[in-house]
Amino acid sequence: MSAHSIQLDRHGRLKHFLTTEGLSRDILTSILDYAESFAGVSGRAVKKVPLLRGKTVANLFFESSTRTRTTFELAAKRLSADVLNINIATSATSKGESLRDTLHTLEAMHCDLFVVRHGNSGAAHFIAGQVADNVHIINAGDGRHAHPTQAMLDVFTIRRHKPDFESLRVAIVGDIAHSRVARSKIHALSTLGVSDIRVIAPKTLLPVAIESLGVRVFHDLHEGLREVDVITMLRLQRERISNAVLPSEEEYFQCFGLTEARLSVASPDVMVMHPGPINRGIEIDSQVADGARSVILQQVSHGIAVRMAVMAMVTGAASDAGSGAD
Amino acid sequence: MPVARVPDVQPLIRNMKAGLDRYLQEHNRTNPLFIGIHTGGVWVAQQLLGLYQTAQPLGKLNIAFYRDDFSRIGLHPRVTPSSLPFDVADRHVILIDDVLYTGRTVRAAMNELFDYGRAASICLVVLVDRGGRELPVQADVTGTRLHLTASQHIKLSGPQPLALEITTA
Repeated sequence: MSAHSIQLDRHGRLKHFLTTEGLSRDILTSILDYAESFAGVSGRAVKKVPLLRGKTVANLFFESSTRTRTTFELAAKRLSADVLNINIATSATSKGESLRDTLHTLEAMHCDLFVVRHGNSGAAHFIAGQVADNVHIINAGDGRHAHPTQAMLDVFTIRRHKPDFESLRVAIVGDIAHSRVARSKIHALSTLGVSDIRVIAPKTLLPVAIESLGVRVFHDLHEGLREVDVITMLRLQRERISNAVLPSEEEYFQCFGLTEARLSVASPDVMVMHPGPINRGIEIDSQVADGARSVILQQVSHGIAVRMAVMAMVTGAASDAGSGAD
Repeated sequence: MPVARVPDVQPLIRNMKAGLDRYLQEHNRTNPLFIGIHTGGVWVAQQLLGLYQTAQPLGKLNIAFYRDDFSRIGLHPRVTPSSLPFDVADRHVILIDDVLYTGRTVRAAMNELFDYGRAASICLVVLVDRGGRELPVQADVTGTRLHLTASQHIKLSGPQPLALEITTA
C-alpha cells in the first residue's frame, strides 16, 4: 500500500499523517483551517480544549529532538490528552523486531496515538501498517523522507502573512539532500498552488532528480533569491563537513549563508524561515535570524496549533471505527 | 416535507428583546456582554444586539472543540474560530442561540466560556425552544416555544434574511 492511501480512512479522512505527498489540497487546507481555530486556544485563560480527554498520546522518539517533541507534547496536552514521552536510542540492527515489539507493548497499554520520530526513512509508514485500526500515527520525522507537521507549520506561517499562494515565490536554501523538511514542504506548497519553488544549494547537497518535484535548481544564492517572497534556510549538519561534502563552515557561509546584504535582491517584504535549531554564522547571520523579516519564533508557536489540528483530525477519523456504517 | 405554521423571525426577536429587558431589570444586571453560538446563534445575537443602541462588540463562540460527540462523529468540517473581543471575568453574559433542543450545545458553550474566564452570571436567550431536553438546561428568555417531534427538524437560515424552516425526516 502506498504512503498516501494508508493515510486515509475509507471515508477519505486523515487517519495517519505520514507525509504531505499525495494528500489533496482539501486535506492540507483543512489542516491549516483547523490550526487557525486552535491558534486561539493558546491566547486564553485556560489553554486547553477537551477534545482528546481520555486519550493517550505516546511520543516515540528514536532520534533525539527537543523542539519537535516539546511542541507535540504541548499540543497533546492542550487537547487534554495524557502524554507519554519515550526516548529510545536508535539501534540500526534491531529495527524490525524491536520496533514491532515496542509498538505492541505500547498498544497493550491502550495508547491511541503515536508520534514517531525515527532515523530510518519509512519507519512511520511501517508502524502505521502494524497498528490496530483505532490507533493513529503521526510522523515527526523519518530519516531523509518526510517531516509533514514541520512542513505544514511552515505553510501555515506563510499563509498568515502571504495568503495568495498562486503568486508566491519560495526559495529553500541549504542541505536539501538530507532534509525531510524540504521534501515535505515542496510537496505541500505545490499541492497548494505555489508554482515558483526554488532550491538553492551546492551540488553536493542536492539529491538526484530533485527537478522531478517541480522545483527550479540554483547553485548561486544571489541568482536564486531574486524577487523571492519566502526564504527557508535549512540547518547545515556539521558532519557534512567532516564527511568532506563541503570544504569548511566559513566557505559555506561565504557562498550560502543568508546575510542582510544578500536579502537585497529578494522581495522587500520577504519572510525568512528556519525550522531550527539555527547554526548562527553557518547558514544564517544573527542579524537576519533576529531581524524584522525573520518569522522563526512564530514558526515555533504555530507548530503547536498545527500539531493540535493534525492530532484532532486523525483521532476524529476513528470516530466511527467498528460501527460498520458507511 | 415542510410543515406549515413556521413563525416569522423578526417578531420573535422583538419578543426576545422585551423578555431580556424584563429579565435584566428583575435580576438587576447591568452592562452585560452578548455572546452568540455559531452559526445561527451569532445571526440571532447580531440582530438582538442591533436593537440595543450600543457599540459593544459581539462575542462568538464555536463549540466544535467542546462537543460531547467528538468520539462518535469526529471534528466538524468547518470550525470558525471563537472570538471573544473582551474579558468575560466578573461580567454578566447573555448567551444566545437559535434553537434550544437537547441542551448539549449550551452545556458545551458554558464549558468553553469558563475557559475564557469566570463570568459573574450567564443568562440563556434562545429564538426557539423546541422541547426534547436531554440535560437539565433551560432558557431564561425565549422567542417562542414549539412542540416538535423527534422526527421533525427545525433550522434557521440566514444571515439575511433570517428564516425558520421545519422539515420532517
